[in-house]
Amino acid sequence: MTEIGWIGAALTGARPRALGALLRYFRDLDMAEEAFQEACLRALKLWPEKGPPRDPAAWLAMVGRNAALDQIRKRNRDDPLSDDAEPEDPTDLEADMVERLDGAHYRDDVLRLLFICCHPDLPATQQIALALRIVSGLTVGEIARAFLVGERAMEQRITRAKRRVGTADQVFETPSPAERDRRLATVAAMVYLLFNEGYAASGGEAHIRLPLCEEAIRLARLLLRLFPHDPEIMGLLALLLLQHSRAQARLDADGAIILLEDQDRGLWDRGMIAEGLVLIDKAVRHRRRGPYQLQAAIAAMHARAARPDDTDWSGIEQLYGALEILQPSPVVTLNRAVALAKVDGPEAALALIGPLAEPLSGYFHFFGVKGWLLSQLGRTEDARKAFDKAIALAHTPAEAAHIRLHLDRLMKDSKAG
Amino acid sequence: MLYAILCFHDEAEVDGWTREQDDAVLAKRAKVTDPLAAAGRLGPAMRLTSTPSATSVRSGTEPLVIDGPFAETKEQLLGLYVVDCESQEDAVEIAKQLGQDETGGFEIRPVKLYKPSTIGS
Repeated sequence: MTEIGWIGAALTGARPRALGALLRYFRDLDMAEEAFQEACLRALKLWPEKGPPRDPAAWLAMVGRNAALDQIRKRNRDDPLSDDAEPEDPTDLEADMVERLDGAHYRDDVLRLLFICCHPDLPATQQIALALRIVSGLTVGEIARAFLVGERAMEQRITRAKRRVGTADQVFETPSPAERDRRLATVAAMVYLLFNEGYAASGGEAHIRLPLCEEAIRLARLLLRLFPHDPEIMGLLALLLLQHSRAQARLDADGAIILLEDQDRGLWDRGMIAEGLVLIDKAVRHRRRGPYQLQAAIAAMHARAARPDDTDWSGIEQLYGALEILQPSPVVTLNRAVALAKVDGPEAALALIGPLAEPLSGYFHFFGVKGWLLSQLGRTEDARKAFDKAIALAHTPAEAAHIRLHLDRLMKDSKAG
Repeated sequence: MLYAILCFHDEAEVDGWTREQDDAVLAKRAKVTDPLAAAGRLGPAMRLTSTPSATSVRSGTEPLVIDGPFAETKEQLLGLYVVDCESQEDAVEIAKQLGQDETGGFEIRPVKLYKPSTIGS
C-alpha cells in the first residue's frame, strides 16, 4: 500500500468509533462530521511522518474535538457579543474520552451513530443512504451509483434525511438495557434491508449490487463486535455471509439469474461459508431462537449440501415452519411451500400457497413459484398465465429473463409432449 | 530454522476495511511472500476470521468450552506465516517488510515442532 493507502484504511476502520465519540460530545451530526474531517486532514499530514498512533480512533476523536473547540473559541473571539458558554474544561473531558474509547465503552457511541440513521420518519432507503454516508463514510457519489440515482438527487436526499434525524436529548443518554436492545434490533433491521437492497436490487439494470452487500456485511461485523454474545446478531452476520458466499454463482455471463440448484457450487466462497457456519452453530448454542438465526440456519442447510440432491429439504421445511410461528408472513409460507414441494410434491405445495393468492397478488416470486408448481403438474396453460404475471411484476431485467427461461422450457416440453 | 510470524491487528479496524483496502493489503503482502515462496522458504500461511467466530476450550478434567477468544486484548491474532529463516533477525526483517506502512504488528516465534499439512490442496 502507498502511504495514503494505509492511512485511508486506518481512517476507514476508525471512523465509526471516532465519529460516534464526537457525536456524543457535540450532540450535532454536522459538527461531529466536520470535526472528524478536520482530524482526518491532520492525520494525513502527521501520520506519514510519525506513523500511526497506537489507537487511531481515540486519536481522531481527541484531535477532532480539540480542533472544533478551537474553532468555537475563535468564533467567539471574533464575535464578542456571543455569550455561548465555553465547553467544560477539556482536560477532564480528555481523560473521560480516552476512558470511554477504551474497551466496551464506545459500544453505545457506535450504536447511537447507527441508530440515529434509523429514524422512523425516514423511508428505509433513506435510512440506508444515511448510514452509508455517516457510518460507512461512503461518498455521496458512491451511494448515488449504488442506488442508481444522480449525485445531485442523492445529495438532496441525504441532506433532507440529516435534517430529519433527531438530535433529541434522550438519544444521548446512556441507554437502559431495554432501550439498547430496541436500538440494536432497529439497526439490525436496517443492515438486513441494506443487504437485501444489494442482493436483489429493487429496480434498475443490475440485479445484484455487490458493494451494498459488502457494506451490509461490514456493518453487521461492526454490530457483532459491539455485541459479541447476541445470538441474533451472530445469526444476522451468518445469514449475510452465507447468502453472499453465492454471489459469484448467482448470475451467468449475461447477467441472467441461475437458480440455487443449477449453480456451480465450486464458485461459492468457502471462507464466507466456514465463518457463517461457525457463527450459526455458536448462535444456536445460546438457545434463544430468532428470525435471523432461523434464516441463517436455512441458508446453512444449502451451504452444507455439496450437491443439490444432498439438500435436507425436510429440515428446511421445518425451519421455515419455525420461522412462520415466530414471524408469520405470507412470504415465509411461500418459501416453506418450495421446500414442501421437494418433500411432499407440487400438489401439497400448491394447496399451501392457495390462500396466499390475495396477500401476494403483487409479488413477483409468488407467481414464479406458482408457475413452477403448475408446470410440474403438467398444467401448462395455467403455468403460462402465472409466469406471464410474474414477468409483469419483475423488478429487474434478470428476473424477467429468468421467468422467460421457464416459459421457454414450458413451451418446449408441451410441444414435445 | 522455521519461524512463525504471527499477525496481530485491531480487528475492529481490519473488519472495517473496504474490499479495495483489504485487497490492497493482500497485494502488498504478496510482494513480500511471493519471492519467499519462489525460494522455497514459505511454509503454510493463513488468515483467521475475527474473534466473534472464535470458540475457546479451557483444558481440564472436564474441558470447558467458551464462546469468544482466549483473551480479550486490544489486538487480535488474525493470521500467521511460517517462514524458513537463517536467523531471528532474518524473520524480523521479513515481518518489517510485511507490515511496512500498516497499523498492527507481528510476533515472531521459533517453531518447535512442525508437521506439514495433510490437507489435500
